[in-house]
Amino acid sequence: MHRVLGDRKAVLILLGPALLVYSLIMLVPMVWSFGYSFTEGNTVEGFTGNGLDNFQRLFSDPAVRDALWFTAKYAVVVTVGQVVAGYLLALLYVFFLKRASALVRTLVFFPVVLPTVAVGLLFQKFFQVAPQTGPVNSLLNAVGLDSVDWFGSAGHAFWVLIVMDIWRSMGFYAVLLFAGLVDIPEEVLESARLDGASGLRLVRHIVLPMSFPVLMSSVIFSINGTLKVFDSIVALTNGGPGSGTTPLTLYMFQTSFTYGDYGYGSTIALLLTVVCLLVTLVVFRVSRRDPTEG
Amino acid sequence: MAIDTSVRIRRPRRLWVKLVVAGLLVVEVYPLVWMFLTSLKSNDDYLNNSTWSLPTTWEWGNYTDAWTTGHIGLYVQNSLLAVLPALALILLLGTAAGFALQVMVWRGRSLTLLVFLTGMMVPAQMILLPLFTVYFQAGLSGTLWPLILTYTGTGLPLTVFMMATYYKTVPRELFEAATIDGAGILRAFWTISLPMVRNSILTVGLVQFFFIWNDLLIALTFTNSQDLRTIQVGLLNFTGDFGATQYGPLFAAICINVFGTLVIYLFLNQKVMKGLTSGAVKG
Repeated sequence: MHRVLGDRKAVLILLGPALLVYSLIMLVPMVWSFGYSFTEGNTVEGFTGNGLDNFQRLFSDPAVRDALWFTAKYAVVVTVGQVVAGYLLALLYVFFLKRASALVRTLVFFPVVLPTVAVGLLFQKFFQVAPQTGPVNSLLNAVGLDSVDWFGSAGHAFWVLIVMDIWRSMGFYAVLLFAGLVDIPEEVLESARLDGASGLRLVRHIVLPMSFPVLMSSVIFSINGTLKVFDSIVALTNGGPGSGTTPLTLYMFQTSFTYGDYGYGSTIALLLTVVCLLVTLVVFRVSRRDPTEG
Repeated sequence: MAIDTSVRIRRPRRLWVKLVVAGLLVVEVYPLVWMFLTSLKSNDDYLNNSTWSLPTTWEWGNYTDAWTTGHIGLYVQNSLLAVLPALALILLLGTAAGFALQVMVWRGRSLTLLVFLTGMMVPAQMILLPLFTVYFQAGLSGTLWPLILTYTGTGLPLTVFMMATYYKTVPRELFEAATIDGAGILRAFWTISLPMVRNSILTVGLVQFFFIWNDLLIALTFTNSQDLRTIQVGLLNFTGDFGATQYGPLFAAICINVFGTLVIYLFLNQKVMKGLTSGAVKG
């Protein structure tokens, strides 16, 4: 019976083009980029091998250390922020708004689809101090506080970035987690309520454990995205002031295209890839979920 | 029953729930309203009056300035010319591959699916430099082809994976029955399976559209001249032929960029939400 579905020529015709394009655009360049790590130079000037020099440089480069630290800090804070904000929203949708939540859900989700560049520029102007006092500083002034130069120091800029990325994505995690909370059987909640569990106790002992799988997939998805953050930082601060908000992705980009050092750029890209894979693997292990499960 | 109704009547009356929701809506919506109002202000109005005020005169001309003098029209055109072909290729190749991987029976298909999956984990930075070399040496650097090809390649893993998942819901027997009367499996793919997953193709298409349309990294890497800039790269470097920054047109440009996605979201929000979140759970 399976003969028609096992037709090799048909498999080749259907799968071949996708596999070919995917291999040429992604798989081959990955290996190739790994090869670049042992060279210096760029496309225009040509490449020359330099052994392990790039790796030695990688481990002693203070800019790499700073970028790695910034990436880690950003990924942890935003992941926690996104998932917690999303979870609180999901609880709000499920337990307080109930069926009336569709409109709120849809509205809060909207920033997810906005172009990051547009959101970055919007927040830049929203938090600015000059040439015009933006809404945030106007609000501070209105309650008697001084304006803050939000992009004048890396510390302040970091928090604007965090606020922006949580604003942008909490609606997404809310909907994702909402789907997990809705799946909790009403009888389970009802019987817990009859046993006297309510409010926080209900959330802690019933809701949280039962939504743990979807919570963990949110964390995995979030950390995987935040480690690769690029667009929002380029649009909001472009890594500044100085290199105070430069993650690995941006440092790789600047090394390659601003300084034309493709070899070292590839080495940084390799580090980024290894970090992404390791972190995902660890989170996966912690969550103990079956990787083949949908 | 009794419990249910009492809960439903009591809960929405809680004041703090209303306050939280109201606060939430202000936080989500006000920045966008502010952006729109500011896009209608003149430069003097923007620089000298309070940030909260309405425009003193409504400068709709900011939009035509952004579109022509600011080159946003050109950038939108470039974006469409890069996004639409890539989207068509992604959907065609991805759906066919999803069919081959899920419906058809052959050795090595789970391994192949896994190979596609790795593409979702690896950051784009890992493929940019070799691609840059290839496009440069192939003489494609001055065209939109690098964008089309790269978007197609990077969009495939998620598409293949999502389409394979959707094909799980279609019973295999259907295709077996169809092919018994001599219709080839390729024909069955085209005439029977495609109409059945039409909705899923639309969903995946929306997801990919937002990813590609909003992309900055790839567009920034491969658009080396101003004439090739996509809307995102163009907006990032928005000065146009103005010289000094003109705030009205800048905000108008941001608004134009946002309105495109707003219109799609207005009509297809449920599909967009479903598509984007299901892509995440699978990834």
